[in-house]
Formats: sequence, C-alpha cells, structure tokens
Amino acid sequence: MSAPVPASAVGPATDVPAGTRFSVCAFTGRRLDETALSLTRWNAVTSIVALLIGAIAAVLIVLTRWQAVHLLPAVWFYRILGVHGMSMLIFFIIFFEMAILHFASTALLNARNVAPKTSWLAYGLMLLGAVMVEYLMWAGKADVLFTSYVPLRAHPLFYLGVIFFAVGALIVTGVFFANITMAKRERTYEGSMPLVVYGAMTAAIIAVITLVHGAMIYIPTFLWSLGLMEVDPQVYRMIWWALGHSSQQINVAAMVAIWYMLGALTVGAVVLNEKISRSAFVLYILFISMASAHHLLVDPGMGSAWKVVNTSYFMYMAVLASLLHGFTVPAGMELGMRLRGYTNGMFDWLRRAPWGDPGFSSLVLSVVVFGFIGGITGVTIGTEQINIIVHNTLRSPGHFHATVVSGTAMAFMGVTYYLIPLVFRKKVALWTLAKLQPYIFAGGMVIFTISMTFAGTFGVPRRHWDISFSQAPFDVQFNPAVDMFLALVALGGLLAATGAFIFIAIAVKSVFFGEPLGEVTPLTHMRGVPQGLTHPPKHSADVAERWEKMHGPEAGFMGPAPGTLVLVFVFLAAFMLYFFVNWKVLSFVWRIG
Amino acid sequence: MHIDIHTGLDSPKGNWWLPAHRAEKTWVVIAFAWCMVLFAMMPLWHWKGGQNPSGIRRRVEPAAFYKRTLEFTNQYKVGDDRGMPIVAPPPGADIYLTAMSFQWTPILKLQKGKEYILHLSSLDVNHGFSLYPININFQVVPGYDYGLRVTPNASGDFRIICNEFCGIGHHTMVGRVIVEDSATAPVAAAPGGVQ
Repeated sequence: MSAPVPASAVGPATDVPAGTRFSVCAFTGRRLDETALSLTRWNAVTSIVALLIGAIAAVLIVLTRWQAVHLLPAVWFYRILGVHGMSMLIFFIIFFEMAILHFASTALLNARNVAPKTSWLAYGLMLLGAVMVEYLMWAGKADVLFTSYVPLRAHPLFYLGVIFFAVGALIVTGVFFANITMAKRERTYEGSMPLVVYGAMTAAIIAVITLVHGAMIYIPTFLWSLGLMEVDPQVYRMIWWALGHSSQQINVAAMVAIWYMLGALTVGAVVLNEKISRSAFVLYILFISMASAHHLLVDPGMGSAWKVVNTSYFMYMAVLASLLHGFTVPAGMELGMRLRGYTNGMFDWLRRAPWGDPGFSSLVLSVVVFGFIGGITGVTIGTEQINIIVHNTLRSPGHFHATVVSGTAMAFMGVTYYLIPLVFRKKVALWTLAKLQPYIFAGGMVIFTISMTFAGTFGVPRRHWDISFSQAPFDVQFNPAVDMFLALVALGGLLAATGAFIFIAIAVKSVFFGEPLGEVTPLTHMRGVPQGLTHPPKHSADVAERWEKMHGPEAGFMGPAPGTLVLVFVFLAAFMLYFFVNWKVLSFVWRIG
Repeated sequence: MHIDIHTGLDSPKGNWWLPAHRAEKTWVVIAFAWCMVLFAMMPLWHWKGGQNPSGIRRRVEPAAFYKRTLEFTNQYKVGDDRGMPIVAPPPGADIYLTAMSFQWTPILKLQKGKEYILHLSSLDVNHGFSLYPININFQVVPGYDYGLRVTPNASGDFRIICNEFCGIGHHTMVGRVIVEDSATAPVAAAPGGVQ
C-alpha cells in the first residue's frame, strides 16, 4: 500500500494527501487519523445508545424484583431481562471495545487505519445485527433470555442477528491486527508497542477465540431453529459459555488496559516491570477460555476430573494474572505519584491524588470494586463444590455486576471523560455532575452487589419474576431479611442507574451539543477538562535518581510501592476469609456426591 | 542499569525483559501459592468433604426417564397432595425426580440420615434444581440423568424451586420434599404395595 516511512517522520502516510485525513493531537503531539477517530466516535456513540436501553431495562427489572413494587407482568419481566443482558453485555460493551480497538491501534501508535471501508462495513454489519436482535426481543419473538439455552426457541432471525454482530466484531479485530502490523512496518513508533496497546491486543486475541466459539454455537443453533439439525442442550451450554464467559475476558483485558491508560493520564503511573505486566496478559490469553467451565460445575454432562482441571488449574492461572495486575496497576500509580514528589509515609500519594478528576476516581473505584467484590466472590463461587450453594441463585448476578458493571463499565465511563476532549475535541458537559458521577454509580453498585449476594445466600433464585410464589402449588416462605435485601438491591440499582443516566446525559450533551475544546492553557484549571490534561502529570526532574533510590537497598523490603504492598495483603486476607467461610457454610448442607 | 521510566502509553525502549524488584517478585510467588491452595481444596474435598457434584451421570432419553419415574412413583406411592403423588422409597433406593414445564414430580418422602440415589432429569428444557431452604443447587438438562447420592441431615418440609429460566410459568414451578426422622417414619411401602 504505502512505502515505509522513516522512524522520525510524524506526518501523514505517503499515499494520503496532507491536511485531509490527519491532524496532530493538541495534548500529546501524536499524529491522529481522522478516519480512525470517526470510527471511534461512531462506535462509542452506538455503545452509549445501547447503554441507555440497558439502563432503562435495569430500572424496570429492579422495580419488579423488589416484591413490594413488582412493576412488570411476568412476560415483560423475562423479556426485559433478556433485553437488559443483550444490550449491556453485548451491545454496550462490545461497541465500546470496538471503539477502543480503533483508537488503540491508531492514535496510540501514531498510526493509520489501513482499511477504512472494511471498518465501516464491519460497523454497519454489527449495527444491523444489533437492531435485528433488539427488534425481535422487544417484539416478543425471542423470549429466551441472554443465554438462549437450547431447546428454548427464538425466531431464527434472532440467531442470525447475533451472527451478523459477531462477524462484524471479528472483522474489526482483523482491522486491529492489520493496523498494528502496518504501524510496525511503517515504523510509526520506536521499540515495543506500549503496554496499553499490548492489553488491547490481548483483548483482540481473546475476542477472536470468543467469536469463533460464538460461530461454533450460533450457526448450528440458527440451523436448528430452522429445523435443519439437532443441537444437544449440554453441548450448547458448554460451547455457549466458551463465548459467554470468554467475552467477559475480553472485557477484563480491555478494562486492565484502560486501568494502565487512566493511571498514566491522571497520575503519571509508570510501568513497574514490563515483563510481569505483559506476562500476565499472556496468561489471560492462554488460560481464560477454559475458565468458562465454571458455569458447568453442577451440570450432569461433565465429570469431576474435567471440572476440577478446567476450573482450577486453567482458571487459576488467569486468576493469577488478575492478582498480578491487581498489584502492578496500583503500584504503578503509587510509584508515579512518588516520582512526582508525593513521598511522605505509606499513603500520602493516595490522599493527595486527584479525587475530583472523574477519570481518576473511576479508575480507583473500578479497581477496588472489581477486586474486592467481583474478584473474591467470583473465584470463590467458581470453586467446584462451593458452586453447589451458589448456582443460579442471586449470588451469581451479585458477583458479575461487581466485575462487569462496577469494573468494566466504570472503567469505560472513566476513559470516556478523557476521550471527550481527546477524540471528540469537546469539553465535558455538566462538569460538576461529572465529578460526582463515578461515586454515585460505584456507590449504587456496591449496595446492589452486596445486597444481591446476601439475598442469594438465602437461596433466592436469579431470573425469577415472583419469589412470593403466589401462583405456585406449594408455598415458599423466605426469611424476612430477604425482603430487606431485595429492597436494597432496588435502591442500589436505582442509584447506579441514576449514575448511568448522568453519564449518558454528559456524554450526549458533550458530543452533540458540547462546547468545542478550544485552547488549553497548561497548568490552568478549566471547567470540562479533566485535570490530567490541564495539569499533565510530569515526573520530577531528578526522576532517574529517585527511581534508583526507591529500588535500592535503602527502600528496604517494601520496595518502591510500600502502600500498595500493604493494600494487596489486606485484599489477600479478605479473600482467604471469604473463601474458607464458604467451605464452612457448604459443610452444613446435606451430604451429597 | 539502564532505566527507562515510562507509562503504559509509551513504547518501552530497548530490552524490557528485566528483573523485577524483590517486593513484586514476592507478590508473584504468594499469588501463585494462593492459586495452588484454591486448586488443592477441590481434590481435598472430594477425598475428605461431604458435598461434591460428582454423581452417577449418563445420557437418557427423556421418554425413558419419565417412564422410569412413573414406575418408581407407582412402586412407592403412599398418598398425594393436590393430585401430586407422594412417594416414600426405602433407604438406599434409586429415586427419580422429573422436571418439566412447570412442575417437579413426584413429591419425595425421605428419612433423615439415610442415603438415597437421587436421579434428576428434564423432559423438555433446562431446569434448575434448588432445594429450599437448604440451598443445594443443580442444573437439570434434558437428555442427561444426574444421579446424586444424597443424605438428608435434618427433618422438615422442603421445597424444590426451579432456578433456571424455563418459560413463562417458570416462577410457579415448585416441588416438595418431606424428610422425617427415621424413628418416627412409617415403614416404607413394599414394592407394588399401596396404590
């Protein structure tokens, strides 16, 4: 396509006339490809439309599960529950990830999008698939919930819509790999690719694995829905979860990449050790698709040896990766702050961090809630035997709302506060609300996930319209505490949904009606511009000396990030406590085997 | 040593495969050791623990499983509750529970402290076996017979909630299990006895 450009050249690629497609970033001086930015914008905006649909659905669902309100009739409850799952877990998250892939493979590498037409075609295909699926669900032709377990049957076009969406996403991963390959060949950057792009690449690789499994299960299911072949329900569950769970690992990899990015933008977080961070990403790629087996721990189709191997040995190597990032991300932030002069005591760096920068608060809340609630509960309930007291109770959605909502969605929201000025070149609208939004959203989700987890320990089922069982042949009397927990679930859910609506309002107002960014004067606070951009986190002049000192013998065993080391041991203690308490609770139930 | 201080947004220059600080290495080792503990607990519980999802598992035709359930029901039936048969099998027996949209059949009457082999399967779609309020949960998949050795450790009147979405009547799908103290329980009906 184009001749290699010398490493020093920062300018348009040779086959593109200057001034039409490329510009220079006002903040970083990086070369920006306008086509890639346009793709990033459209995918991000579509993602936020899906978020709006999903959030409205969420409000209707929590107001139904709160038995005192019990808003929707049964048929609409299950329908809207399906809409919530598809809109949030598939359309919101994956469109946003497509935006990240377009952005990371171009702007972060000074590179260009090598296949604009293919990229737009992929976007169109994904949009078509999403519209088909949404229409069929709202029309009541796909009341099969998010998982669509065969032999529950939806309209054939529902499965076809999912296939279109997945094929579109697969094409975008192909464009991502083409972009980074050409960037390397055209030498748009020196040395290895940045860690954030490496994380995005991890997400793209896992996306390929995931989407191949998606094709393996949705194509046969589409044919089954037309009466052309048989699909075994257990085989469906196994392959479907290789899509359903692995796609959560795309989210994890993308989220961790954003953690590193937000850390760099907000507090000048440094990479502690490239070897360890990158090896942890490789562990995700190698072991994560096996982790989907933890959805089948109490299924009849597989034996215990299969369950133990797939969920422990393989999954725990991916868990190890998260434990490593759980140290390196905050440690990188701590060291970044210390290198900028915040060296007092153990936690001064944390106290004096920019808590009013929504990018920073989102980052910290995402890390903390993902780790302490999502991570600890997830690994524990994904244990073969403990799953007996958890499977399909409210503990399960209690867990994954802490990972995918408070973790991934929170990180995506945080990075949006930076993408609005960087990519959309607008000021962030409703700035005061923007500063509060991460706290409202994460606060709501903490109440929501903890209450849901407690309700689940009483055996309250997930995906259930009426736990008063008013139309059932036998009465079921739940502990009165359950009513309180479900009311708290609704309260937390409404608070989090408020946070989501505020986010949507900010994003829409900024992007479509927002004030243009204009001139940014360094070191001057500006309404609507995050602190990391007006006050770029610069390290002190003697940074190399400081680094040496903090890594040298005088720093002692605690090393360059002593505060983080304390925090991760607090985390480990909480993890151990929760894990062994669950074994104790399990030991009280009937003997079974 | 060459130091390249950079963020995750910058390309690391030169060789970055460098030794980590002792504190970071220590965390890697501890995290790995904890993952091994997580792993070891599972085989350990199979060996020493009382609650495992192993079971006797085989494929089964839904019609054949339902036929077996009906035979079992007729063999040990001791009464009924609103038309649903109550079945009291002797300890040690293979017992059958069929899930279908939207009911569990039959009602089981068991004795405390005695072991039974509970066979679960579905005639139509996926269902979720959730024993309330004990909180024991298993997936019930059509075409598969999940045979679990169960020993009730308390007497009482229990419910089976369906906790896998199975259709519009999902929330009405409730079954019943009665557990009696073996001392007070009536002698189980002989094969082919009480109709």
